[in-house]
Amino acid sequence: MNRRDSIKTLTFASIGAGLLLEGCYGISREKIKRSLTRYEYGRTPEEKLYDDKLFAEKYFTNYELFTFDKLCNLILPPNEFGNIRDAEVVQLIEFMAKDIPSYKEPLREGLIWIDSESKKRFNNVFVDCEISQQKEILDEIAYYDPNKNIDDYPQPVQWFNLVRNLTMTGYFTSEVGIKELGYKGNSPNIWDGVPQDVLDQYNLEYDKNWLDKFIDQSKRNDIAQWDEKGNLIT
Amino acid sequence: MQIKQSSKEYDVIIVGSGAGGGMATKVLSEAGLSVAVVEAGPYYDPANPEQMTQLKPAYHSPRRGAGTTRFFGDYDQAYGGWDIDGEPYSQNDDTDFRWFRSRMLGGRTNHWGRISLRFGPDDFKKKSIDGLGEDWPIGYDDIKPYYDKVDKLIGVFGTKENMYNEPDGFFLPPPKPRLHELFYVNAARKSNVKVMPSRLSVLTKRLNNDRGVCFYCNGCARSCNVYADFSSGSCLIFPAQKSGGQIDLFVNSMVRTVTTNNEGKATGVSFIDKEDNTEYKLKGKVVVLAASACSSARILLNSKSKQHPNGLGNSSDLVGRYLHDSTGGDMMAFIPQLINRKTYNEDGVGGMHVYSPWWLDNKNLDFARGYHIEVWGGLGAPSYGTGFNVNSFNKFFGINKAGGYGNSLRDDMKKYYGSTIGLSGRGESIAQKTNYCEIDPNKVDKYGVPVLRFNYKWTDNEIKQAKHMQDTFEEIIHNMGAIPLWGKPGKEANYGLTKPGQIIHEVGTTRMGSNPKDSVVNEFEQLHDVSNVFVVDAGPFVSQADKNPTWTILALAMRSSEKIIEEFKKQNF
Repeated sequence: MNRRDSIKTLTFASIGAGLLLEGCYGISREKIKRSLTRYEYGRTPEEKLYDDKLFAEKYFTNYELFTFDKLCNLILPPNEFGNIRDAEVVQLIEFMAKDIPSYKEPLREGLIWIDSESKKRFNNVFVDCEISQQKEILDEIAYYDPNKNIDDYPQPVQWFNLVRNLTMTGYFTSEVGIKELGYKGNSPNIWDGVPQDVLDQYNLEYDKNWLDKFIDQSKRNDIAQWDEKGNLIT
Repeated sequence: MQIKQSSKEYDVIIVGSGAGGGMATKVLSEAGLSVAVVEAGPYYDPANPEQMTQLKPAYHSPRRGAGTTRFFGDYDQAYGGWDIDGEPYSQNDDTDFRWFRSRMLGGRTNHWGRISLRFGPDDFKKKSIDGLGEDWPIGYDDIKPYYDKVDKLIGVFGTKENMYNEPDGFFLPPPKPRLHELFYVNAARKSNVKVMPSRLSVLTKRLNNDRGVCFYCNGCARSCNVYADFSSGSCLIFPAQKSGGQIDLFVNSMVRTVTTNNEGKATGVSFIDKEDNTEYKLKGKVVVLAASACSSARILLNSKSKQHPNGLGNSSDLVGRYLHDSTGGDMMAFIPQLINRKTYNEDGVGGMHVYSPWWLDNKNLDFARGYHIEVWGGLGAPSYGTGFNVNSFNKFFGINKAGGYGNSLRDDMKKYYGSTIGLSGRGESIAQKTNYCEIDPNKVDKYGVPVLRFNYKWTDNEIKQAKHMQDTFEEIIHNMGAIPLWGKPGKEANYGLTKPGQIIHEVGTTRMGSNPKDSVVNEFEQLHDVSNVFVVDAGPFVSQADKNPTWTILALAMRSSEKIIEEFKKQNF
């Protein structure tokens, strides 16, 4: 998105997140609708009502969401696995700000800070700065000493840490991010121990006294029967 | 408030549908008795797609599974939690008791850890061993036949170990340990800590044709849609219905009191239907309370009458007393050897594949009673929180710089994924008369029912035990070349001892004994004061053992239910 597009976004700011997503993300209206109704995840009626309430509320302005989009793309630039739009990271930030209301003010204040900092230095809002200028600002707030308490750092550092955390979690809990991470579970399978090459890599082996005791997966469907002493005989 | 009454008189009214209530429902209905099950929450079936969370990836939740609505995350199958809207509880002075409630058919059995340990012979006679607490009026031999039946009925995997106080049972074969668990096995053994395969009620092998076999999705806390783990609904109540039991299920029905007649005998229960906020009465010849230790105590204490001015079954003044929860302590560590590890599906069952039973003799220690060690870690399913502080482990390599932005974060993410291990101690506390729940005279819930107030303090025994946990964990973690993620909590933090209630093993509020002066129920969990009221949750536990309570709740509930059938046959009700 270039400067003119961002001005267009500002113009449409009052129209709603849908248009922003459509215009700026290139996502079709149909897809947006689906994304708002697709969360079928075993909710109780009370939980559904709560979710609906959060979905109905709009917290960040389109301009703010657009700024997050820029920031999240700087935090995790696209690669061959995916990008923060595929992972719906900005939508997650909007949702979490409503779900954890204590996020609201800090997230917004950071956006205000970064724009005022950008204007002061480069006479532009953050999204309209050159990438090198954006990075110059980020370089000053992006790092911390992990031995220290993040809460002791200036607000902008804490804020960027929160945005980075939400970006990372948003990406790596998404379909593309999970694939990139290499998590292969949450699907029916048969666990039969650590792969041999991995055991070898760490110079480990299964206790020989235990090997006969583990489930023989070829017999998993034979109905269990025991002798009177509790020895499995099937 | 309107009160509605049905003319039907049930043989038995069962209050609550968790482990104890489910077992009572199965045994009593299959004996031909007519049963009403009154459950405070909604109907729940883990196979119902509308309610199911099993196999959902994080991105099916708009909060990616975060624990903002359900404490243990969106996909955990417990409707309720520590705080339930409109159903408060209060605390005396500086008490900080945590009370976890799950309001749904099956109760907390839908999400529990499935750790299914028998109490051993010593666990019933601890006072005889160390002079603390009280002995049970029964011993291991009394309950052993019921543990055996529970094993065969419900299914539990494990291995025969021939340890005196960790009795073997009828086991299904266990799954092989995961990678981080092998690290634990070797490290624990270096410190002479015994490690053995876990004992979990998960079907690694087919038990019968009504239930499926585990397909290793790690989702036991989400309750299994093929019924391959133990949940009270899917493994006890549904099969009882299927075998033609006369079972009327009252859901969304919050029991307020046990009703009594002029002779002081129970006549049934009164409950509030949450749908129409109307109070109803049910008649029954026998009332079986299985609402959870604290809820059952609350119902008894709220059931005051001319005949029972101190609450039902409370002539001893002990209902609510001797409340005790397991101790808990945890340590988490980073295993540098596991950076950039190869990924593969290591979900396994929903819990650890190995654990350590208590391995020491307290004669040589400065605290009473023991704890077992649970292990967790590895290549877990990403959910909200994954990727937070992505490269803070840099500090373990002497790099005092974290954060940043750009694609190097992707590398950091993969570098540290699956490189942590956690150890948790779950131990036995000593039941104290001075730890109790009582009725708060100044507070009612949204249904107008007086609420509980808690009074609880740990003693030196628990605090020293927690210190021992931390020292042991530190040693084991050191043995595996791992680095603890945070400093050891010191004296000022009770050495990391969890808050009472936090381990969700609260027991003891209607303690069992042979003397009506110092106990509430007899060995068949029958109120001393009222012969047609039984309590089959963890309320009757005299002591908690360093085991999880569920398997013992189930065995005792089965034993007590058989007693009820026997008494019916003798026409004593």
